[in-house]
Amino acid sequence: MKKNQFIWKHKHLIGLRDLSSQEIEHILDTAEGFEEISTRSVKKAPTLRGKVVVNLFFEDSTRTRNSFSLAANRLSADVIEFTQKSSSVSKGETLLDTARNLEAMGIDIVVIRHSAGGAPKFLSRNINACVINAGDGYCEHPTQGLLDAYTIRKIKGSLEGLKVGIVGDIAHSRVARSNIYALTKLGAEVILVGPPTLMPAKVEKLPVKVSYSLDDCLGELDVINMLRIQFERMGSNPFPSIKEYSHYFGLTVERMKKAKPDILVMHPGPINRGLEIESEVADGPNSVILQQVANGLAVRMAVMFLVNQGAAIKK
Amino acid sequence: MEVLLNSDKIAGCITALADDIASRTGKVDTIAIIGIRSRGEILAMRLCDKLNKILKTEIPCGTLDITLYRDDINEPQGDSQPFVRSTEIGFDIGEKVIILVDDVLHTGRSTRAAMDALIAFGRPKAIRLAVLVERTGRELPITADFAGLKIDLPVDKSVQVNFVESDEQDRVIVI
Repeated sequence: MKKNQFIWKHKHLIGLRDLSSQEIEHILDTAEGFEEISTRSVKKAPTLRGKVVVNLFFEDSTRTRNSFSLAANRLSADVIEFTQKSSSVSKGETLLDTARNLEAMGIDIVVIRHSAGGAPKFLSRNINACVINAGDGYCEHPTQGLLDAYTIRKIKGSLEGLKVGIVGDIAHSRVARSNIYALTKLGAEVILVGPPTLMPAKVEKLPVKVSYSLDDCLGELDVINMLRIQFERMGSNPFPSIKEYSHYFGLTVERMKKAKPDILVMHPGPINRGLEIESEVADGPNSVILQQVANGLAVRMAVMFLVNQGAAIKK
Repeated sequence: MEVLLNSDKIAGCITALADDIASRTGKVDTIAIIGIRSRGEILAMRLCDKLNKILKTEIPCGTLDITLYRDDINEPQGDSQPFVRSTEIGFDIGEKVIILVDDVLHTGRSTRAAMDALIAFGRPKAIRLAVLVERTGRELPITADFAGLKIDLPVDKSVQVNFVESDEQDRVIVI
């Protein structure tokens, strides 16, 4: 099928688990067309002029929130920034009431981040606006999965047959889940690497391999995605000491000697330098960490464009 | 279906267009060619080849995707959907006379979108419009500066341009 014959039908982006490989590829193909906007002298297109996007963030975020804001601005939408700390949620307002009140102001797209898994899905069933998930609990962070897939595809040409290691705190990582769905649907093999205490429950139900030793599998990886240890989500310590974790699972200059020379080093941010990754590696020649951020903008523009197209079909 | 132009006539039109552009602007101004995706892109490349030979120079040639600038972008499109592709303009358009190239000038809405898109890249000295077929049916105050063929058609007729590069053969038909 020709690229331009594909019809995007969804008015929400809740997760990548339920998207087909063709739908994921369509988002990535569309993002290619948006990348160049950021290089123009006027970095703006009028596509979403007159539309209102709400950034509804119930958790802290730097990259994702700013990236969505800028993406919406580049498409000429108006953006309302909502953060829990400075809102009536602190006075006891529920998620649905907050969203309905915002909707009464005439919003078109809600970008939501919430600590409760399923919050975006719940919202999409109860309001008319398009809903884009910017991270929900341990469930999904679809735009991160998409931008990681986009970054790999752009550099390697295709994901077919690539071996991608996702290292670290898989249990608490929605980034890992969205990555697993996106990458495996596009033909890559995903290997989860980390101590057993940081593996998710029912890992055997995911389409992945598991390794408890980074040194054992590093040599065969084409891409390595280093995750941050999410201490804020943990009740008890999952490993004896940070130093011990770093010793076994940190990506160091020394350890990189075992990797393929063209391995891509990725990290969704924020980085804990010296813990899961050494500064020299994070800033080194194999690192594509800042390209991930730049590509995130194009991917988020594409997603906002597409959900708006999906909403137009359903009118 | 009626064939308006066959392959020979298309070639003749493109030669005439190139001669016209060269004599009216190419010798005095710094020109650049920009084609509107997707048929305008092919026409632009063919025109550029001709102009390079006539003017004995290398004229910059680019491609413009106008999807994001369409005025119907948020309307339901029936059984099709706009697909965003990249714009490729690898040169500075400032102070140049831009020859904007499209296959057919009909309502003028694509041309408006293209002018809007172009301005995001800089401030050209002028924008001129060159088309293979200029037909009746304008909805905006836009006219072609260079046209291969001018034709009067009722509203229910549509002009389709085929090129070897994308459609296996060169022809212009009315359906």
